[in-house]
Amino acid sequence: MISSLLLQLILNGLIVGALYGVVAMCFVLIYKSTQVVNFAQGEFLLIGAWTCWWLVTSLELPFPAAFLLTFLFMMVFGIVLQMVVLRPLIGEPVISVIMVTIGLSIFFQAVVKAIFGAWAQPFPEVFPVKSVDVFGLPVQPAYLMSLVVSVVIMVAFAWFFKYSRMGLAMRATAFDQQVAQSLGISVKGVFALAWAISAMVSALAGVVVGMVNGVSSALSFFGIKVFPAVIVGGLDSIVGAIVGGLIIGLLENLAEYADSQFLHLGNLYSVAPFYVLVIILMIKPYGLFGTKRIERV
Amino acid sequence: MAPAAARTETATETPLLSVNNIEVVYDDVILVLRGVSLDVPTGRIVTLLGPNGAGKSTTLKAISGLLGTENGRVTRGSITFRGEEIANRPPEEIVRRGIFQVMEGRRIIEDMTVIENLRLGAFTRRDGGAAIRADIEQVFHYFPRLKERTGLAGYLSGGEQQMLAIGRAMMARPRMILLDEPSMGLSPLLVKETFAIIETLCAETGITMLLVEQNARMALKIAQFGYIMESGKIVLDGSRDDLADNEDVKEFYLGGDRERKSFKNLKSYKRRKRWL
Repeated sequence: MISSLLLQLILNGLIVGALYGVVAMCFVLIYKSTQVVNFAQGEFLLIGAWTCWWLVTSLELPFPAAFLLTFLFMMVFGIVLQMVVLRPLIGEPVISVIMVTIGLSIFFQAVVKAIFGAWAQPFPEVFPVKSVDVFGLPVQPAYLMSLVVSVVIMVAFAWFFKYSRMGLAMRATAFDQQVAQSLGISVKGVFALAWAISAMVSALAGVVVGMVNGVSSALSFFGIKVFPAVIVGGLDSIVGAIVGGLIIGLLENLAEYADSQFLHLGNLYSVAPFYVLVIILMIKPYGLFGTKRIERV
Repeated sequence: MAPAAARTETATETPLLSVNNIEVVYDDVILVLRGVSLDVPTGRIVTLLGPNGAGKSTTLKAISGLLGTENGRVTRGSITFRGEEIANRPPEEIVRRGIFQVMEGRRIIEDMTVIENLRLGAFTRRDGGAAIRADIEQVFHYFPRLKERTGLAGYLSGGEQQMLAIGRAMMARPRMILLDEPSMGLSPLLVKETFAIIETLCAETGITMLLVEQNARMALKIAQFGYIMESGKIVLDGSRDDLADNEDVKEFYLGGDRERKSFKNLKSYKRRKRWL
C-alpha cells in the first residue's frame, strides 16, 4: 500500500526535479556553447529571486511586471558578465576559468548578503489560495506554476535549438567554433546569447523556488544540487540535464521517505544525490547521455 | 612578383579578388606566406596547386579571415575584393561581403541533419524562410542524392559530405567560393563527379571559384587559370594550357605519362625542382 506521504514526496520530487532540470539545462547551455563550467549558476537563481523580491516588496510592482523586469535585468546581467569577465578569458586554461566562476559565485553571494541581509525573506503571497488539490493531494499553487513554467521552458528550448536561426548557430558553435565562423556566425555573439539565456532562465527558477521557500542564500545551494543532475545526465546533453534533474529530484524525496520511515539517519535528503553522483561516475563516467570522448594517442 | 599572364588575360576588367604581395605570420613569429599575389577574375575557376605545407590553405584562410581563429595575421600586402580592402577583417564580415570558404576535410556539422546544415549556410541571409526553402531545393537539384538522406549528416559518405559542404556554401548566395581540397579522401569516380558539379555550378550560377588542390590533373581540367605554390611563394602561373604543357609541371604534378625513368639515370633520388 502506497502511503499518501510517499505520493506527496514523489509529486514534490517531480516538481523540484523539473526545476533542477531547467537549471541544469542552463548550465549545460553555457558549457556546451562556451566550454565554461559555470560554478556561479546557483547565484543566478539567487540574484534573480532577490531582484524580483525587491521589485515586489520595495517598489510594490504587481508580480507579473516584476517577473518581466527581472527577466530583462538578468538578460542584461548575463551579457555584461560574459563581456566583462569571461570574454577576456577565452583561450585561457580551463582551470583558470573555473577559478574565476568560483570567485564570481563567492563574490555574488557576498554582495547579495551585503545588500539584502543574511536572513531569509518570505515572498509576498502571489496566489490567492494556499493550496490546490491534485489527485487528492494538497499542492502549493507556486509549485504548480513552477511545473508549468518548467515544461514551457523545456518546450521552448527544444523549439529554439531545432528551428530557430540562432539556435542552429549555437549548436554549430558548440560543435566546432571555426566552422561556425566560416559560416558567418559571430562566436562572440553566440557566447553572449548563451550567458543571457542561461541567466534569464535560471533567475526564473530562482523566483519560483523563492516563492515557495522564501528568498535567502539557500538558493545558491539549489545551484549546487544541479551539479549531480548535470553529471548524471552527461555534461553536454540538454536532454540528459532534464532527465538528470528529474532523477535527482525524485531521489532526494525518496531518500527523505526512506529516512523518515525506516532509517532515521537524518539529512539523507541533501546527501543522497551526491552518493548517486559518485556511483554514476564510477559506472558511467560520461553520464547517461554524455558524449564519449574518443581520444587517440 | 606579378602574375603577368593573368594580368594580360583579364586586362579589360578588374579582378573580383586580388591578393597583392601578402605576408602571413602565425603566432607573431612563424612566417608562412612570403609575398603571395594572385588574381581571380569574375565568373572563373582559378586553381592553386602545390605540395603539402606550401601555404595553399593559409592563403585561403587569409582571404576568408579564418586566419584570425588560428592566431595568424596578414602582416604585409593587401587583399581586395570588389575593390575593397578585406585583409584581417573578421570572417563573419567577409561571409557577408560574399566570400564563402569550404574548409579542408568538409567540416559539416555531423550531429545535424542535411537540411539543418543547409539552413546554417544561409545564416547571414536576411531574406526569410521562403527564399531559403527555394534555395534548398536548388541545392537538391545539383546534388539529388542529398535529398534522400534524412538522417544525421555524420552518417553520410565522404562524397555526400563534400556535396553537402558545397551545397551549404551555395546557401549563402556567395559571389565567390573558396574550395580547399574537395577531392580529399574521395574515390576517383567521386572526384570526377564532384569536379563536374563544380564546373556546372560555376557555369550556371556564375559563382567564382578559387580551388586549392593536390590533384593537379583534375583541377587543371576544370580551371581556366592556375597558380603553383611552393614554400610560401607563387613559383609559376599561367593559363590551363600553359601549365599543362609546362615540362616541370608535367614531371612534378601531373606525372605518369612520360616514359618511366630508371633511378640509375637520376643524379639524386630525391631530386626536386628549384624554381627560382
